[in-house]
Order: sequence, then structure tokens, then C-alpha cells
Amino acid sequence: MQIKKLPFLLAAFMFVAPFLSFASDSIAEPAHINGQSEEVAKDEKKAKINAYIKHHLKDTHDFHLFSNERTGKHYGFPLPVILWDDGLHFFMSSAFDHGHKLAESKGNYYKLHHGKIYRTEADGELTYDHSEAKHSEHGGETSVKSHIEEVSGGHAEENKDHGHPTNIVPLDFSITKNVFNIFFIGLLVFLIFSSVARGYKKGLAPKKAAKFFEPLVLFVRDEIAIPNIGEKHYRKYMGFLLTAFFFIWMVNLFGLTPLGVNVTNNIAVTGALALMTFFITQFTSKKDYWLHIFWMPGVPYPMRILLAPIELLGVFIKPFALMIRLYANITAGHIVLMSLISLMFIFDNIGAKGAFYGLTIFLSIIELLVAFLQAYIFTMLSALYFGMAVEEHDAH
Amino acid sequence: MEIPEIVGAGLIVIGAGLGIGRIGGSAMEAIARQPEATNKIQTAMLIAAALIEGIGFAALFAK
Repeated sequence: MQIKKLPFLLAAFMFVAPFLSFASDSIAEPAHINGQSEEVAKDEKKAKINAYIKHHLKDTHDFHLFSNERTGKHYGFPLPVILWDDGLHFFMSSAFDHGHKLAESKGNYYKLHHGKIYRTEADGELTYDHSEAKHSEHGGETSVKSHIEEVSGGHAEENKDHGHPTNIVPLDFSITKNVFNIFFIGLLVFLIFSSVARGYKKGLAPKKAAKFFEPLVLFVRDEIAIPNIGEKHYRKYMGFLLTAFFFIWMVNLFGLTPLGVNVTNNIAVTGALALMTFFITQFTSKKDYWLHIFWMPGVPYPMRILLAPIELLGVFIKPFALMIRLYANITAGHIVLMSLISLMFIFDNIGAKGAFYGLTIFLSIIELLVAFLQAYIFTMLSALYFGMAVEEHDAH
Repeated sequence: MEIPEIVGAGLIVIGAGLGIGRIGGSAMEAIARQPEATNKIQTAMLIAAALIEGIGFAALFAK
């Protein structure tokens, strides 16, 4: 009986999860300032929601769970910051106090500004490349914006009126939220599959976790690898395909938890994954692959000259599309989900709030499907490209 | 008169929606005619849909 309760509890948690991080944040209660008209308050709420969504999509130097608006306190836990700036600097991100304080390390001072670390003097002043004149032009606007930044803990979006700081940016090797999550998922996948693999030493019948993962591994082999690559060559690609599939899937699933770790909506991560597909395709390719690019058989000669540059471009476009697809799908999914949750706070009508609550749950379930589908499509298209690389044409 | 970016975004979404809708509809018909080929049809459908989606996203984010 005890074990049967666990799936139920997990399901219940999934239903409430999206609201945990949001409801406790600053949007739940509009900051009421005396003498402010309702219109301004509404605008501020909208800008705040915008800033919140943008912040949610960003990589940060700490895990931020929720804030108390009245006391201005943030709850979460810090992550290590590793900087290379004429020597190694190592300290915890709690030294920044969410951008309010300067961190001092070996005589240098560092300031956290919009999620980026800058080196400053002891006074902590940042210099901007825009002139002050532009600043005063938008006087009214900036005052509202700076107020919003204040309440959302200095994490609000890059304020365009300020320009960009010209301070020195040290090389940042920090264990940020995304890096931490990549390590975590990597370790998790390694532990799960090494234990699954050990189970097969005692007999071929799947045991424990293997009961869940065996069908998935077979799915990748029988539905993705063999039809696209072929019986002859598929084995050497299985390692990468399985790793990519389970890594992307798990990372996507973790992105749906209230911790808000969105690894796959960082274009650098999807870019690295796509680059691996690109290199594996090029380095395992056979003669026929290059023949089809530079001297397409079976078409008239003038066409071959025309086709060569297009095909060559296609070599680079394929992994590029792979990168954009995964990145954009996850980012768009998160933006839509966050916007729907925000709508609950914009409407005062209880019926509308209820409707958006239902819609959010529905969309969360769709996102669970998308998390799987994107892992599947990434693996599938990678397998398709590998298949092209090793294809042998006897017909020509 | 300047056309706002959001109009372009809307057009992209309409185009991508029409395209994916057509793929989905055709796949449904094909599955109804040949239920034994469901797996193959589904795979092809997902690949085609993913390609359209990729272009749609690329256009949306490139603005």
C-alpha cells in the first residue's frame, strides 16, 4: 500500500508544482505604493511579469526558490563562483547577496549585474557606454523600471536605457544553475544505467529499474536507429543516440520542476549537442556521402555543379536546425506556460483564474509530452544524418 | 506606415499552423486507410512537422 501512494503523491505534486515557484514570488501581491493610480499599478504588474518570465529563462549563479517582497529577502541556495582574472578566484555566490553586495576575492572586487559578473573598484560603481543625457530623456519611465528592479531583486531585464557596462568581465567558469544541473543529470543517468547494466549480469530478465528502461532502450534501437541507419552500421551509433535521448529527455523533465532549471533553453547547450551530431556525421562518413555532396550521381552534369554548393551548405544547416529546434521548442514552451500562470494574476475574476488554472495544468501535461517528443526528434534526426553518412549506394 | 513585428510573428504562426495541420490531417487519413503502416506514417509525420516547426521558430526568434 505504501508504494502505491507514491505515484499518487508525485502526480499531485506535478499538479501544484508550477504554482509553487510563482505564487510565492513578487507577482502574487502588487506592491502598493501610496498615491499611485491603479493604471500605473497595472502597468507595473505587467512589467514585473515580463521581468519575471525573462528571469526564469536565464541562467543564474544561484538557485532562487522564492522571495519575500515585504522583507526583500530571497530564499534559495548559492552555487560556487569560479573566475579567471589574473589568477583563480573561488567563492560562493552568496557573497553577492543577489547583486546587492560586492564580492571581494584576493584584492579584486566583483559585482553581479543582471546575471553577469563585472570587476569593479572598491566603490562598486559600474561605468556605462551610454551617455547620461539619454538617461534623463526617459526619466519617468526609468523610475518605474528601477523600482521594479528593486522589488524583483535587481534581476529584471537588461535595461536598455542604461547601456552596457564597460567594466572588465572576468572569464567565468562558475558552476551556474545550468552547469550544476548538467552535472546532476549526467550523474543520474550514469548511476541509473550502470545499475541497469549490472542487473543483466545475473540473467536476461529485466530487474527493477530495467523494467522501465528496457522498453525505452529498445524503442531507440528498433524505432530510431535500425530504420534510419540500417542493420549493418547501427551498433556504433547506439552509444551517442541513447545518451543524447536520455540526457535531453531528463533535462527537459527537470526543466518542468519548480527549481526552474532550463538547460535545453540555453542555446549553447543545444549547440554543443548539435555539434556532436555534426562531428560524428563527418568523421564516420563513407565515400558515398561526399560523392553525393560534391558530385551528385544520377543528375545532368550542369546540375551537379549547381547542387554542390547547396549540398555543402546543407551539411552545416542540418546541425544548425537541430540546435534551433530544441532550443526554441523548450523556450517557447516555457514562455507560454509562464504567461498562462501570469494571466491568473492579471485577472481579478475568480472564474477566469480558475479557467487559467485548468489551462496551465493542461499545458503542463502537453509540456511533458513535448519533453519526450523533442528528445525523440533530436535523436531521430541525428540517426537520419548518421544514416546518410554511412549509406552505400550499389544502384548507381 | 510601419508594420509592427507582432504581425509578422502572427503570419509565421498561421503559416506553420496550416502546414502542420495539413501534415497531421493527411497522416490521419493515411492511417485510416492503412492502419498496419501506422508506425511508419507517424515517424514521417513527426519529421515533417519538426522541420516546419524549426523554420517557424527560426523566423519567430530571428526578428
